[in-house]
Amino acid sequence: MQFAQEVLCWSCLIAGALFSMIGGIGIVRFPDFYSRLHGGGISDTAGAGLILLGLMIRAGFSLVAVKLGMILFFLMVVSPSSCHALAKSAMYWGVQPALDVARGRGKTVPRRATVQTEQRRGDDAGVPREPTGDVA
Amino acid sequence: MSEFQLAVPLLAAAAAILVTMTLALIRAMAGPTVFDRVLALNMFGTKTVLLICVVGFLIKRTDFLDLALLYSLMNFTGMVALLRYTRYGTFGDDGLDDAGAMQTGSVPTGSIQSSRFHSRCEG
Repeated sequence: MQFAQEVLCWSCLIAGALFSMIGGIGIVRFPDFYSRLHGGGISDTAGAGLILLGLMIRAGFSLVAVKLGMILFFLMVVSPSSCHALAKSAMYWGVQPALDVARGRGKTVPRRATVQTEQRRGDDAGVPREPTGDVA
Repeated sequence: MSEFQLAVPLLAAAAAILVTMTLALIRAMAGPTVFDRVLALNMFGTKTVLLICVVGFLIKRTDFLDLALLYSLMNFTGMVALLRYTRYGTFGDDGLDDAGAMQTGSVPTGSIQSSRFHSRCEG
């Protein structure tokens, strides 16, 4: 029984550590902001969830497991909604994806490495734009 | 099962979390837009919570979990600030002009050199 508990704890901790590191590599290596969101989301949900689950398995039925469950609950509520809010905010401010699918061939080509700043899409195009570089 | 065998996965998880925190800091320094920086700092906060939990188990002081719970609540506060950022594009009130309308047209970078705060301080 205790052996099975330890094996489960080992597997959850190692899998969580792997997911966390994969998300960290993704947040550095991915080409644009929206794909970096994917790396951050993986690391915040799968990595954190598996590591906390492994610690809960090790703790057994106790107050420690309840505290770990509360931490897990808060992380599961906060990080996906903050990812969503960030994606919405970036879309609103006009950050363009750097990758685009080539027409007709389904092949991924890099369109532009930098952020396009001149245009903001959305339904509020009637708001007058003004340059913000030299606000005194 | 010996004590060392029980500590090995905790050590591995702590090392992986530290590597992930380093990578998130790299992105927070290099990110071209402010959204990259906020994403990386959010990830850094989550990893701080995890590191406190794992280290608490590693040195057998599980009262560290209270600190981790506090840190996750602080992450919640950060998310509320993020929702404000969604609306105004800034954490302060310098995204609004005198009429109270939002200044639009450029993606904020969040770097120190180009912030409006800096240019306002220079004159």
